[in-house]
Amino acid sequence: MSELASAKSARSAVELDGVDKRFGDVQALSGIELTLDDGEFVSLIGPSGCGKSTLLRVVADLEQPTAGTVQVGGKPARQARLDQDYGIAFQQSGLLEWRTVAENVELPLHVHGVGKAERRARAAELLELVGLADFAGSRPAQLSGGMQQRVAIARALAPQPKLLLMDEPFGALDEMTRERMQAELLRIARESGAAVLFVTHSIPEAVVLSDRVVVMTPRPGRITEIVDGRRPGRDAAELEPDDVEDVRETAAFFAAVTAVREALRKGHQ
Amino acid sequence: MGGRTRSVVTTVSAFALLVLLWELVKLVVPDDGVVVGGVRILPRTDDASMPHVWTVIAKLGQPEVAGAADVRTVGAAVAQSALYTLGLALGGLVLGGVLGVVLALVMLRFRLAERAMLPYIVASQTVPLIAIAPLVAGWGGKIAIMGWAWQPWASVMVIASYLAFFPIAVGALRGLAGPNRASVELFTSLAAGWWTTLRRLRLPAAVPAIIPAVRLAAAAAVVGAIVAEISTGTRGGIGRLIIEYAQTATGDPSQLYAAILGAAVLGLVAAALVSLLDRALWRYRGAVG
Amino acid sequence: MVAPLVLGVLVLVVWHLVVVAFAVPAFLLPTPLAIAQQFVAQFPVILSTAAVTGGNALVGLIAGFLIGLVLAVLAASSRLIAELTTPVVLAASAIPIVALAPVFTIMFGSTTEIARQLVVTVVVIVPVFVSSARGLRAVAPVHGDLMTSLAATPWQRARFVRLPGAVPYVMTGLRLAAPAAVIASVVAEYFGGLQNGLGSRITSAAANTAYARAWAFVVASIVLGLLFHLGGTLVERLVTRGRPA
Repeated sequence: MSELASAKSARSAVELDGVDKRFGDVQALSGIELTLDDGEFVSLIGPSGCGKSTLLRVVADLEQPTAGTVQVGGKPARQARLDQDYGIAFQQSGLLEWRTVAENVELPLHVHGVGKAERRARAAELLELVGLADFAGSRPAQLSGGMQQRVAIARALAPQPKLLLMDEPFGALDEMTRERMQAELLRIARESGAAVLFVTHSIPEAVVLSDRVVVMTPRPGRITEIVDGRRPGRDAAELEPDDVEDVRETAAFFAAVTAVREALRKGHQ
Repeated sequence: MGGRTRSVVTTVSAFALLVLLWELVKLVVPDDGVVVGGVRILPRTDDASMPHVWTVIAKLGQPEVAGAADVRTVGAAVAQSALYTLGLALGGLVLGGVLGVVLALVMLRFRLAERAMLPYIVASQTVPLIAIAPLVAGWGGKIAIMGWAWQPWASVMVIASYLAFFPIAVGALRGLAGPNRASVELFTSLAAGWWTTLRRLRLPAAVPAIIPAVRLAAAAAVVGAIVAEISTGTRGGIGRLIIEYAQTATGDPSQLYAAILGAAVLGLVAAALVSLLDRALWRYRGAVG
Repeated sequence: MVAPLVLGVLVLVVWHLVVVAFAVPAFLLPTPLAIAQQFVAQFPVILSTAAVTGGNALVGLIAGFLIGLVLAVLAASSRLIAELTTPVVLAASAIPIVALAPVFTIMFGSTTEIARQLVVTVVVIVPVFVSSARGLRAVAPVHGDLMTSLAATPWQRARFVRLPGAVPYVMTGLRLAAPAAVIASVVAEYFGGLQNGLGSRITSAAANTAYARAWAFVVASIVLGLLFHLGGTLVERLVTRGRPA
């Protein structure tokens, strides 16, 4: 047991070492060093053009770094993608409108040749997890924006990944829906045990969700500071979703928000 | 190799491949084609059915009527006829276009007119209006408008114009009604009148919708003019030339092929003219939110 | 719904009154009543000729749809094929394709329907190709990223995203092509060949100064065009049902 645990901790969920990314003349990312532990929730925050989405896409192997190494679960990013070691959710839900909600959740399994019965069972389980069991047979167009994003998260979780990559998944939602989704996401992340790399431009969102908030600045995109979120250490993982509302009113929350805001302002000077 | 050079090269290659395919079919398929169960599924390929491409091109330089002195070449005949038809088609396009835009304005101004007419105008896109071409043909030499005897070429232009009319009416209405609410409300807030809004906002904003409509209308006008020439028997145009050559084609169809080549070039020239118009109006293209 | 009907009836009434009141000669415009009478009198002939014209339109529509779709899929799968087919199809959209009718007649003989069916086929290929190719190119970036993140093979991309995503576009092409098939089928008959379709009846009636009869066949072609339009729209609705408009 202890051997297994040590082997696991030696292999972090994500490890970025000296990562650079250029698009033509634009230096999108410069000297990125970042490690995510297993089960850790880390947010990337910064102004537009700071490279936070690019960084996430590099981890997802949707972009290849110009320099440096990217390890996901101890493997090169490309291998991790081929092995389906991560799930990803984008700002747009990206659901396929011609498939039902359940079939959308099954998509990753369908692509990888999992049998129909197993796909059905797994989709039902996941829809239960995101609270959409009643909508399995619906079309995405019949769902609200928040529900579509929940389907997209369920889809990301379908291959049982150890890592969840999320690129402003709640960016297009209204504030009320957004706060409810944050609580849902915390619960889902805890139940699935996956590490989460979460891109956002909302300071409270980053703070309320994360163990650590990574602050980035543009031209060139780099990490200027890493601030502890509202959950110092793993203990607070026992936090109930209902408690998220209360968290927003604690002194620790405001302190963390202030710290992130300070870091962002410093980066701008 | 730049993108432009590449596209020129691929376009030329595409048509060269078509020519090759033609010659290949001629080479491979038996002279009498392939008949399966009484139905010829592959064409006859002898010289009397599918002449060599070079025969057709050579034909352009030969006189129209063999042996006769001082006659025009096939090429000259085809070019003259195609130009004549192009003139009629463009005349029809302008006539139909102006009427189409006027009707669109009427529909824009009066909601009732739009509600009553639009279904017909939309439906007109789906019915063979061109079918009445042979009927307009009957007008030639039989009627006079204010002392002016109706000429056969006028029938051709009328047919071309009503085929051009409908797509332009639909496109113009869509374009004129197109500006987003915010822009219209901006003009309302500026206390701009209906005409000012039309001139400064609706007409410029309609350009992107009207250009594709004009392109459709131009192609329709060309087809209309050619079909009209055939049904009215109007002399001088490429449609009539095709029929004349088709009737004398037994034995040597290369003359007919040359005429059809002329009709194809005519269509391309009309399309190119629309592209020039598009180019001239470039600053109205593209939209902001 | 009421306004168009009122306008339609009004136009027919005014048409009739004007023709009667001003003694408009029939070669210019027969009365709607005379046309209706001829439509009834000629009904059996109309049915048999419409079957020929409609049959040619249908055969050409199906063949052209399949060819246009296959070409579009090929063009979507290879840049070179796209660059070779696109200019040819664009040129075909500008040239008067019906003028090819005499050529096809020479190549396939004047005693078969093949020549006209071929004209329809070529006419149909254009909108089906253009619309399908657009649909096959229009993969949303987020769907592309999604399939990359799922490590999908090119074939899986086509099967899960590209092909199903293009279906509405393909169906739009079919809807546009269906009435165009009838138009091409009727007009192709003006260029000679067998005298057994609606188009040839219009020309022969007009040539015999039987104008009301010619108009009756025009009405029949319009009805045939509308039927194809409705058929195309219906197929489009059925295939794309459940999708957002």
